[in-house]
Amino acid sequence: MTDHEAIAFVLHEARLIDEQRLDEWLDLFTEDGRYWMPLEMGQTDPILHNSLFYDDKILLRIRIERLKGAKTYSQKPKSRCHHLMQAPLVERREGGEISTWAAFHYVETRLDEQTLYAGWARHTLVVEDGRPRIRLKRVDLVNCDSAFGNIQLFM
Amino acid sequence: MTRDLATVRDLVRETEVHRDVYTSPAVFDLEMKHVFGNAWVYVGHASQIPAMGDFTTTTIGTTPVVMVRQGNGAIGVLINRCPHKGTRVANEPCGNAGRFFRCPYHAWSFRLDGTVAAIPLPGGYENTGFKDSTAAQGMTPVGHVHVYRDFVFARLAESGIGFEDFFGEGLSSIDNMVDRSPVGKLEVVGGVLRYLHKCNYKMLMENLTDTCHPMVAHESSAGTAVNVWKTMPEGTPRHPAVEIYAPFMSSYQFYEAMGIRVWPNGHGHTGVSHSIHSDYSAIPGYFEQMVAAYGEERAKSILDTARHNTAYFPNMTVKGPIQTLRLFKPVAADRTMVESWTFRLVGAPDRLLERTLMYSRLINAPTSPVGHDDLEMYERAQDALHADANPWINMQRLYDPGEEAQASAVANGTTEWQMRNQFRAWKALMREAAP
Ligand code: FES
Ligand SMILES: [Fe+2]
Repeated sequence: MTDHEAIAFVLHEARLIDEQRLDEWLDLFTEDGRYWMPLEMGQTDPILHNSLFYDDKILLRIRIERLKGAKTYSQKPKSRCHHLMQAPLVERREGGEISTWAAFHYVETRLDEQTLYAGWARHTLVVEDGRPRIRLKRVDLVNCDSAFGNIQLFM
Repeated sequence: MTRDLATVRDLVRETEVHRDVYTSPAVFDLEMKHVFGNAWVYVGHASQIPAMGDFTTTTIGTTPVVMVRQGNGAIGVLINRCPHKGTRVANEPCGNAGRFFRCPYHAWSFRLDGTVAAIPLPGGYENTGFKDSTAAQGMTPVGHVHVYRDFVFARLAESGIGFEDFFGEGLSSIDNMVDRSPVGKLEVVGGVLRYLHKCNYKMLMENLTDTCHPMVAHESSAGTAVNVWKTMPEGTPRHPAVEIYAPFMSSYQFYEAMGIRVWPNGHGHTGVSHSIHSDYSAIPGYFEQMVAAYGEERAKSILDTARHNTAYFPNMTVKGPIQTLRLFKPVAADRTMVESWTFRLVGAPDRLLERTLMYSRLINAPTSPVGHDDLEMYERAQDALHADANPWINMQRLYDPGEEAQASAVANGTTEWQMRNQFRAWKALMREAAP
């Protein structure tokens, strides 16, 4: 994977979320892939310290199916979201993994409310079956330790 | 609009309550004075402040307080407000003050019991009668603090019901959570999840024993988890998160049979005989540790107690079998800060803590599908309650006209008795003088 391919992949990934093509989005993850949103600045331990998200593929699948459900009342009406990404940087290449870093603003809306979040996305990418896939997407919110209302979609 | 206590008490009837108890700022102000002023309120856990000068900041109702480890090892609770001009003295969620709290505005300093240690340029107060001022007394200590198995509670009112009388048998749920450690000790770890709810804090308290909602409101999350799990290939090992989600979908019969127990002063719990926490996989090595510590019979009896939510009136709940504590901090009539705290069972395998944190993350975080299901219901109610059409909220399910005479009881697991019990306690405190 070239740097350019890695960067294009990260931007495409955010677009899939914004367009709520979430089955396609899930398919970007490796089978052991994780979506992690720490609760603490600089957090290193996702197991014995809590996080906002630390989802494997099954947990992500449950969330995605739930968002589609006819009885998902917190999605009546549905939420929408919007990413504004800085151009990702390729930070590291090691043992077949490529790590990227990108600052972003993210807006989630529902009904008359709109909430702005800001943070940094770090992707750990690998090539599997000839295409880039996500082994880890780590999202660090600038205010990770703030109190929040509902965060229903994905950053 | 001001309210007097007598008319506020009329808002609570035997089987229904007026929506003003959830929506009215005037009622909220009275609750802060009378309910939160006279009740024993949870302020923190001793493990958060192990060393002298360690402190955490929190609120009792809307009163800011600081819990601090004093020089003699005792735990004190002070009103977190400088007696000089009112500045909040300790500002971080937690920290260490050293031997003194120092106010950042004019550098008055206070010993860890709140008394004044030093004031810059003290000559300016000579011959002014300052010694007799309220400021000279320092940061006001909360008069009554009780530490029960490391859980710290405080009562703002100078006089009133004692700690043991207030909680009584209800303390058995804290006992069970602590006893689940082979060395009988808990430690707050894992960080705190803070989830802002645009609703009245009592909706969360009532939801604790609302056993007719999980299979309906949580079908979206728990039901989906069950369905996704069914699509996994045969022989896939049980997923720990599915184990957490799936029991929410239990039948009405399951919830009816699990039972609800009520205690005096508004406390009570769901899950008398079993609960949604009964069927978690064993963590290797843990039972053996418990048997070594307590003997087989007692270890079994501790671990077979699978109480679901224990509601500690007015605003706290614990889940012993999963080692979590939630505090519903009232902010305004329509705002509540929900804090979810997690505990390590000291001496037990880390995998128990791992499960505790996963539970809290999936069920009680701002990112929790189950949390989204619940909050949607509270917020819809908070909005719609403003309508004048029918201002009464019903809580009549399995009402027995003789129940008020029974201080403690065990009833059908879908009764709304505990909700009525909470309002009876609320109404009783709405008679007490404000501190
Ligand atoms: S306000 Fe605290 S020292 Fe003046
Ligand atoms: Fe619920």
